[in-house]
Amino acid sequence: MELFTDLSFFVCVAVAAIPAFVLGMKEKPIKYYGFVVTLAFVFMAMYNKPVALAYLVGFCVYEYLLIQIYLGVRAKFGRNAGWYWCFLLLSLAPLMGNKLLALTANPYHILGFLGISYMTFKGTQIVIEIYDGIIEKVSAFEFFYLLLYFPAITSGPIDRSRRFNEDLNRVIPREEYLDMVGTGLFKICLGMVYKMVIATSFYQAVLWLGTGDGIRSALIYMYAYGFYLFFDFAGYSLMAIGVSYLFGIKTPENFNKPFISKDIKEFWDRWHITLSHWFRDFIFSRLMMRFIKHKCFKSKLTGASVGFIINMGIMGLWHGLTVYYIMYGLYHGVLLAVTEIYQKKSKFYKKHKKEKWFMFVEWFITFNLVMFGFFIFSGRFTQLIGLS
Amino acid sequence: MEEKLLDILEDICGDEIVKEDHDVNLVEEDLMDSLDYTELLIAIEENFGVVIAPSEVTREQMNTPNKIIGVIKSKM
Repeated sequence: MELFTDLSFFVCVAVAAIPAFVLGMKEKPIKYYGFVVTLAFVFMAMYNKPVALAYLVGFCVYEYLLIQIYLGVRAKFGRNAGWYWCFLLLSLAPLMGNKLLALTANPYHILGFLGISYMTFKGTQIVIEIYDGIIEKVSAFEFFYLLLYFPAITSGPIDRSRRFNEDLNRVIPREEYLDMVGTGLFKICLGMVYKMVIATSFYQAVLWLGTGDGIRSALIYMYAYGFYLFFDFAGYSLMAIGVSYLFGIKTPENFNKPFISKDIKEFWDRWHITLSHWFRDFIFSRLMMRFIKHKCFKSKLTGASVGFIINMGIMGLWHGLTVYYIMYGLYHGVLLAVTEIYQKKSKFYKKHKKEKWFMFVEWFITFNLVMFGFFIFSGRFTQLIGLS
Repeated sequence: MEEKLLDILEDICGDEIVKEDHDVNLVEEDLMDSLDYTELLIAIEENFGVVIAPSEVTREQMNTPNKIIGVIKSKM
């Protein structure tokens, strides 16, 4: 069974949601039942791939043990940077191994399983927050539930442990739960339309009109692929969030009208929000604080520019170790840096930024830059210029 | 401490409004982006000895001068 794709998945969700609904209406905790359902879905999605399933189980146990050991180390040695980096790297090691192995054909599918990229964020977040002293204990139940939570296991949205646990351990008043169910069902339906109707149509346009030679077909490909990517991913995210709601978890939103953005900074607050905010909180902010504290750069703007490029470069690497993903990351890093410099330095910008015509021009430029970014992301651009 | 923080905010946001309206929404009014936020965290640490990690509180919990003062007080 493929999650969020096969008809059987949706039928199973509908059936599995009924007991959750009864529990929710009685204001009883849904978490124990939800955990069993999660295990059942993970099993149904992977029982025909026993090797991948074994790696998944191994990964979860590994991350759990790592976190328990680090909790002990942190309690004993305090805020020690050496230990911190050691455990941080260990928590990232399976994902790095997975990405590096992808460069070879990886014939034995080592470390290849559903959702490793997304699960890593959750484990690593906990390691970082243990170092910060914000997390002092991690329960096995809450940890495995967060990591495996079936609506979000394959492709996010990326939840955070403390937020997730708050939802788990809160008694949701009946009125509010009913409201969540209503919103959840609406999101599931809207997500289906996004993914199965609109994204599929754009995909057909990509296939039929965008694969020929020449500029015209490349342009059709670029815009149609961009819209396909949005409706496909935003559609999936809506369904994942909707199903989450049925089981009493308010998984955070992932998209917020990205194509109305007036600059690239705003775009990253609207596109794949849980990913970009994860990068903001756990990479960018920390990098900037380090730069400022150690006075690494004479000017704040230079520091910020370097920070943006490193941050987005890592995001590119996370997508995969191919030329076009890395180029996609760096492209956005440079765009963010240029935007920052322009907005801080340009008198023209400061003078006109509140005027309608200027906002329209900003929107138009941003929209096309974003679409070109997706063109890079698709791999078609590097193919065209003969890089891959 | 409140006055000192308002000075810091005025400096970071580049706008006097933070002193006049303590409930102004810094994010919605475009007064504070993620870069300014990191500067704020460092300034809070240097001036009040209060360490707030970037992921510790959400931006919604830190989006007005009053809320920021509240968070700092709760950690002092």
